[in-house]
Amino acid sequence: MINYIIRRLLIALPSLLGISVVLFTVLALAPGDPFEDLANNPNVPPEVRMALRAQFGLDDPIWQRYLHWLGSMLKGDWGFSFISRINVDTLISQRIGVTIAVIGMSQLVALLVALPVGVLAAVKPYSWFDRIASTLAFVGFSLPTFFTGVLFILLFSVQLGWLPFVYRSDLSSTGWQWWVDQFKQSIMPITVLGLFQAASWMRYVRSAVLDVIRLDYVTTARSKGLGERAVVNKHVVRNALIPVVTLVALQMPAVFGGAIVTEQIFRIPGIGSLLIDAILRNDTPVIMAVTFVFSCLVIFFNLVADVLYGWLDPRISYR
Amino acid sequence: MDKHERHIRQLIDEVRDGQLPRRGFIAQMVGLGLTAPMAGMLLMHAGVANAQATIPYKGTKRGGGGTLKLIYWQAAVHLNPHFAGGTKDQDASRIFYEPLAGWDSDGNLVPALAAEIPSKENGGVGADGKTVTWKLKKGVTWHDGKPFTADDVVFTAQYAGDPATSTVTVATYKDIKVEKVDSHTVKVTYPKPTPFWAEALTGIVGCILPKHVFEVFMGAKSREAAANTKPVGTGPYKIVDFKPGDSLVAEANMAYHVPNQPFFDRLEVKGGGDALSAARAVLQTTEYDVAWNLAVEDELLKRLEAAGKGRMEFYAGSDIEFVSLNVTDPWKEVDGERASAKSKHPAFTDKAVREAMSLLIDRKNIGEQVYGRGAVVTSNFLNNPPRYRSPNTKYEFSIDKANQVLEAGGWKKGADGIRAKDGVKLKFVFQTSVSGPRQKCQAIIKDACTKAGIDLELKSVVAAVFFGSDAANPDTYQKFWSDIQMFTTTMGSPDPQFFMEQFVTEQLSQKANKWSSRNLARWSNAEYDAAHKASQTEFDPVKRAALFVKMNDLVVNDKHIIPLFARPRPYGVVNKMKPVFSAWDNTTWALGYWTRDA
Repeated sequence: MINYIIRRLLIALPSLLGISVVLFTVLALAPGDPFEDLANNPNVPPEVRMALRAQFGLDDPIWQRYLHWLGSMLKGDWGFSFISRINVDTLISQRIGVTIAVIGMSQLVALLVALPVGVLAAVKPYSWFDRIASTLAFVGFSLPTFFTGVLFILLFSVQLGWLPFVYRSDLSSTGWQWWVDQFKQSIMPITVLGLFQAASWMRYVRSAVLDVIRLDYVTTARSKGLGERAVVNKHVVRNALIPVVTLVALQMPAVFGGAIVTEQIFRIPGIGSLLIDAILRNDTPVIMAVTFVFSCLVIFFNLVADVLYGWLDPRISYR
Repeated sequence: MDKHERHIRQLIDEVRDGQLPRRGFIAQMVGLGLTAPMAGMLLMHAGVANAQATIPYKGTKRGGGGTLKLIYWQAAVHLNPHFAGGTKDQDASRIFYEPLAGWDSDGNLVPALAAEIPSKENGGVGADGKTVTWKLKKGVTWHDGKPFTADDVVFTAQYAGDPATSTVTVATYKDIKVEKVDSHTVKVTYPKPTPFWAEALTGIVGCILPKHVFEVFMGAKSREAAANTKPVGTGPYKIVDFKPGDSLVAEANMAYHVPNQPFFDRLEVKGGGDALSAARAVLQTTEYDVAWNLAVEDELLKRLEAAGKGRMEFYAGSDIEFVSLNVTDPWKEVDGERASAKSKHPAFTDKAVREAMSLLIDRKNIGEQVYGRGAVVTSNFLNNPPRYRSPNTKYEFSIDKANQVLEAGGWKKGADGIRAKDGVKLKFVFQTSVSGPRQKCQAIIKDACTKAGIDLELKSVVAAVFFGSDAANPDTYQKFWSDIQMFTTTMGSPDPQFFMEQFVTEQLSQKANKWSSRNLARWSNAEYDAAHKASQTEFDPVKRAALFVKMNDLVVNDKHIIPLFARPRPYGVVNKMKPVFSAWDNTTWALGYWTRDA
């Protein structure tokens, strides 16, 4: 098992290197200039822009820039943003907390809703519960988050005035009041994202459970007199979870990527808005760092999913 | 022009004799087309004692005003005024740093770190126009407690003027010399007589940095200064926390050098999101007190204001939305270059066609219907400060007249209803950026043109591309590879010299300079060039104002450039909040003066 994990991690190294080469080349070949703002500002002479380009090494050949980036990355130096001139790791660490708190919570909410609802719907397919749940799920994933987000704002902030719609990462209150404020400002984005995700996951859980619940071993379990609860929890859900785990594990890196649209609507300073700002301004070091961390997480969570399979189904072995 | 000049001189004399109040003079100058800052400087130059401009302040004690919350729909990324390319960064750094003086909405200099405004009277402005001596305010301390002295001013000029530091203000400082006279006096020397001497050390470009903090970070090391995000300034608020690209928190500077200021205990600035929801956060839910630059359709703003919780305030600067008719031919390559300065536009060379185009734009209606309070219809390119506003131009909307002009010019309607002459058809591509109001504006113009036998093909380009400076992209406004284009250009300084440079021949935007210079319509006129050159050395403010009025008239009357609207700056303000804004300086230029009624 340990051997397996180590082997997988070693295989990951060349793929990460490959990913970084591709990312860097694509970014370098893309048109645009991080100092576009300066070019448009008539008060700034072109010399300043040229000097900055030279100073930040933008005029070097691509391979040289890549090696330079790789070298400093290996030393733990992530570089600095061309726009804010601040170190990239500082920028990311400032936003990671908010991202995990909001996006992570929403995934948790999604899971907590999707699992029980999906299982219950599958245990009694085409019952009233199943029909209502399925209809709501269809409505849920047909409505984009930018629509439900604005709808929530109009209802809860503008009409009722219960909740603030501007997310603040610098709440001034302390103690209990802080938790209350944090809850009030987070509940809308978490609900919007969570319910959207829950809707599609619920459909997956339902169909996975439906596949399993008709198998012979389930009938056997029932006929030897096990209670319905034990049958579902121990025999059905455990087997049905394997495809769901794949889905959820691959969704996890997206937590880090943030939810760009929702972050924009509620002004949440998460990784998603950092990435989109960086892309719009051609801020290469920030784009590189965020996308690179993202690919690391994809590889890592793939591994986690594989390990979880073994736990869920001991017949799967690692060699 | 002579009459104009004599009139101004007479008015100045009246102010001097005390027959005409200063404010009245400025109002009249504004009527004559000069901007308020310019009118103020006219008086200063003419030796009329500059009643020191002040801002009324109602606060009676320092602090106690609670929290002031500002919302921007863009977010500041750093807090060094000399690196601040965008308005959001400028406004944010201006909270902490102060220049020697700022510009109020009338265009007067208001002292901040200066003890008084230099003038000929008080000996501050040298007789040869090459030197200006500033007396600095005493007893000012930096946020870290160290005293502010002339050394800081001298250092700031060196820091910003060093090309290796790569500041955005380098152009202002690289050729001037700033020397220390004594601990609280500095002398600025210009390489040649400079009529508009009040650019350096004032406004956002004039923000003074503390020498003891930035000294070791001059030149190429400038990026490493921790103070780029943790400012140490002299301003009314001190930094508490800054999250680049998101928000900043500041607290009252209890050692601020203006008595009883600041009014508020705490300041929060939030960035990001979009303009409409920023308007909502102020006008509807009052989560925030003031919203910056609410570029939202007036219709929507009025609906939000109907909640009765806040109001819109508009400040007229000289930002102008205008239509350019290409001087060159964008569809033919000359020496491998489209729209080469050597080519001539097949239709727009005929003034009759340009005349007709101007007649076909229903400015008044578009302004009222589309932009509402967000646009002031104008026939001038240079609108403010009022002392530069030309009284000699006018606009008209008349489809009949346009038809007559074209008919007289020999442009006859063909079978398809489109006018043509010598095989040249009046069929144009009209481009602008993607934006609701602009597309409406395009459609209205197209409709009128169709009635006059001119066919317009409307094109809208995503703003990031249109205003982007990508030399490889054919759709940028700088390349202007279409017949007609429309956008807003901004005027950052109350002095029009730099603003009016965008029509001189030297600035023609072309392949040789990677389309990076400013004359986008590629309009060229020897008389204009001469007038602009003269304005750079003309020291008599009245003659100088006349030169700018002449430049405006030349460019507008030639009809390649058709001004539509001056665009005032829209702010959303909650009830009881009393901010102090200026069209000639940053939103936060006088933050210490802001109060809230009980």
